[in-house]
Amino acid sequence: MSTFLSQQLIDGLAALTLLISFALLAQHRMLSVLHWFAAQGVLLAVTAALVAYSSGEHELYISAIMTFLLKGLLLPWMLWRVIRSLHVHREVEPLMNNGMTMMIAVVVTLFSFHVIQPIAVTSELMTRNSMAIATACVLLSMLMMITRKKAITQVIGFLAVENSLFFAAIGATNGMPLVVEIGIAFDVLVAALIFGLFFFQIRHTFDSMEVDAMNASLIHKDDEE
Amino acid sequence: MSSIFFQFLQALLMLLLAPLAAGFISTVKARLQNRHGAGVLQPWRDIRKLFSKEVVLADHASWIFRFAPYVVFTATVIAASVVPALLPDTPLSLTADVIALVALLALARFFLSLAGMDIGTAFGGMGASREMTFSALAEPAMLMSVFVLSLGAHSTNLTTMIHHVLSTPLLIQPSIAFALVAMLMIAVAETGRIPVDNPTTHLELTMIHEAMLLEYSGRHLALMEWASMVKILLFATLIIDLFVPWGLSLDANAAGICLALTLWLLKLSILFVVLAVLETGLAKLRLFEVPQYLGTAFVLSFLGLMIHYMLEVQL
Repeated sequence: MSTFLSQQLIDGLAALTLLISFALLAQHRMLSVLHWFAAQGVLLAVTAALVAYSSGEHELYISAIMTFLLKGLLLPWMLWRVIRSLHVHREVEPLMNNGMTMMIAVVVTLFSFHVIQPIAVTSELMTRNSMAIATACVLLSMLMMITRKKAITQVIGFLAVENSLFFAAIGATNGMPLVVEIGIAFDVLVAALIFGLFFFQIRHTFDSMEVDAMNASLIHKDDEE
Repeated sequence: MSSIFFQFLQALLMLLLAPLAAGFISTVKARLQNRHGAGVLQPWRDIRKLFSKEVVLADHASWIFRFAPYVVFTATVIAASVVPALLPDTPLSLTADVIALVALLALARFFLSLAGMDIGTAFGGMGASREMTFSALAEPAMLMSVFVLSLGAHSTNLTTMIHHVLSTPLLIQPSIAFALVAMLMIAVAETGRIPVDNPTTHLELTMIHEAMLLEYSGRHLALMEWASMVKILLFATLIIDLFVPWGLSLDANAAGICLALTLWLLKLSILFVVLAVLETGLAKLRLFEVPQYLGTAFVLSFLGLMIHYMLEVQL
């Protein structure tokens, strides 16, 4: 496979990653959010494998396999179990209406392209084109965290930020050192486990998964004291 | 001289083929639903029957109501004759600009809506207002998705764009894939097919396009129906021209034109079979979900635009 073709393929995958970030923002149902999140993980793994193949950095294969197992399978499954066992309402509840969120998302994408363009010119890597997209994905995932009411969707937004950062790392530096990557992967796993436990605690304490409701309940308690 | 002749022939072909295309779609749909179907020629029979029937006009109908079918039909046919089906280089190719094309279709739609409101029935006005709402969302999305392609070709002229696609080597261009998906979604909306509008519905409350035609009869109705059939063929040809133009004959010799004709018909039938499968598989969207559907198309074409700048323009 020539360098040119693999660059083309990586560009295509980058485009798909951006599409998935938009799709994550646009979903109404919890289950489809999880599906797209899993798809993002699988896509990341494919990208990592492709970059590993074309750049000859064999360590990236390991992180590709880890990404696939962890972000493509394990995390979505764990989140799904949490959602099912907590009987969280199956609809995503956004703070703004969907059209408004999409408009902001488009502006955010434009902004990150504008910011990254001067940096990308100086890069020599064949993945330099995808840097703007990786930045846009990070910002879009943050937007997802901001515009959702439920704690669970915010956590998915957080994990999506991590996914996009991983994508940025592949794009900007051909991947981080393996030790760092394994460390981050386990951090994310542990974070997800703790979040899972937290959800049960939160439900136990506040009887709700909505962040506003939690705040209200805390303020109410302060007043009583 | 011969090029003008070919131009004329091409327009005539579009016009004559349009009812057959509509018949083809409904036949494929019927087969998919385990029905026998009325045959490919049925739209032609309908048109012939309608032309021989007398026109029944409401007392309140003004000149706009009588005038509109001719305007709609002419504008649609002019638009269709401008889109290159077989030969990209024809005398009219200088006018084959996508923006002009959208304007011609907008003219047709404007008169269609006027006619819908002119008669003063509730359903006509309702159809007109829905058509205008959706077209206000669909047109920017359509232009945006065409712009993704014209950014590469540096032109909005269809002939120039076709030549650009034919002359560039095959690359994986994600932006074009995005534009294609957006364009397919918009084409479905603009031609009034499922999931946006149901062309065969008898339920007035769900109608969009049909609601405006409710009061028409005789040759007026025939022209309106024919125009909407031409519009389907026009959108299919436009999609073929923009995204898969390979096979168009660059000079007017017999062999080239025969090949172009065969390939065009083949691509058309693939597109129409896909449309029929989609129409069989999908349910009509709720009316209030249509803006979201069109918004998705807009976002997709906008993403195509961004990705073109991010990935495909060499810095």
